[in-house]
Amino acid sequence: MTGESPATCLVVDDSRTVRKAARRILEKLGFTVAEAGDGAEALTACRSSMPQVVLLDWNMPVMDGLEFLRAARAEFGPDHPIVVLCTTEAAMEKIVEALGAGAQEYVMKPFDEGILRDKFVQVGLLRDEAA
Amino acid sequence: MTPESFAFIAGVVKSRSGLVLTSDKGYMLETRLGPLLKRDGLASLDALALKLRDPRSSALADAVTEALTTNESSFFRDGKPFDHLRQALPVLARARAPGSLLRIWSAACSTGQEAYSIAMLVQELNLEGRRVEIIGTDIADSVVARAREGYFTQFEVQRGMPARLLVKHFRQESGRWRVSPELRAMARFERGTLLGDLRGFGRFDVIFCRNVLIYFDAPTKTRVLNALAAQLLPDGVLYLGGAETVLGLTDRLAPLAGERGAYGRPREAALAG
Repeated sequence: MTGESPATCLVVDDSRTVRKAARRILEKLGFTVAEAGDGAEALTACRSSMPQVVLLDWNMPVMDGLEFLRAARAEFGPDHPIVVLCTTEAAMEKIVEALGAGAQEYVMKPFDEGILRDKFVQVGLLRDEAA
Repeated sequence: MTPESFAFIAGVVKSRSGLVLTSDKGYMLETRLGPLLKRDGLASLDALALKLRDPRSSALADAVTEALTTNESSFFRDGKPFDHLRQALPVLARARAPGSLLRIWSAACSTGQEAYSIAMLVQELNLEGRRVEIIGTDIADSVVARAREGYFTQFEVQRGMPARLLVKHFRQESGRWRVSPELRAMARFERGTLLGDLRGFGRFDVIFCRNVLIYFDAPTKTRVLNALAAQLLPDGVLYLGGAETVLGLTDRLAPLAGERGAYGRPREAALAG
């Protein structure tokens, strides 16, 4: 970790299985993990305690990932929280859309530890271990 | 597998690639060569060793070498050399005449991630009219062909590469991702071994040769480093892997002051060369 105290990652996904898999990897990478089941829950969670980073699914009931992203950028500004999409949406135009809406990074499912670690290095939350 | 079979296979691989297989690597032979045994209907590694003794088995020897030397790669692997190159390349460019060609070598290029990472980095630099040519070489035919085509899986394009560069430099083609024609035009890929005569590749401003020397014994490391030094221009930069060094192996290369993994030719050698 680059900071002294562990960074908090909010994992937003309507699948409990995916949240659990992400939590296992992120805790191993040194993050404190919180969970939300849709965009609306995630927005509430951000208002009560702002995480450093949100790992964000796209397709969810109630409020989807892109709606959350737009709402979060309008309410909290462009830099906080850092948003990493994590979705089965893998078309070029979807990635362009998410980056355009203010996401810092984009993970196409399925993911593994290597991919998550690399993406968290990209957004500056982990050091490149070989560097 | 008998110790004799192991030693024979290891000998074949070493003579072709320089890769030293120590006796604890039996498991590696089992896992990496399994598909090959199946393909050729060979019952065991002993049967493979026997077949390799036939002088007509050079294609099989190539395939065995390839299976044991192909390594996982990622874009912008170990960020440091790329950070250094971003600073060093404009300096090298200014030292060359306007319109001249800077040559960068990705030695042991595998499936091309390193060469294309260099190409992406070059695209973001202002080299004041100097052009850049990137050459990737590897001993394995199959990876050279893949590098040339420039197709990568969804998994591969997510290793080490920011999404911003993915959307900028890649096109999506039926589930796979392909490097843009612009980047492919900057890089050329050829089969080549570091143990052969390197003079045919010409001289380079920058050489990447990372995580290759670790597989060689000391005399082979020295030989390869000296051969690389001879192909490096006097003010050029050589990047080695994090666990590799020139210290105690050659005096024709020296670490660049304050840098890790970046090497140059010492001034005396540069004058003599």
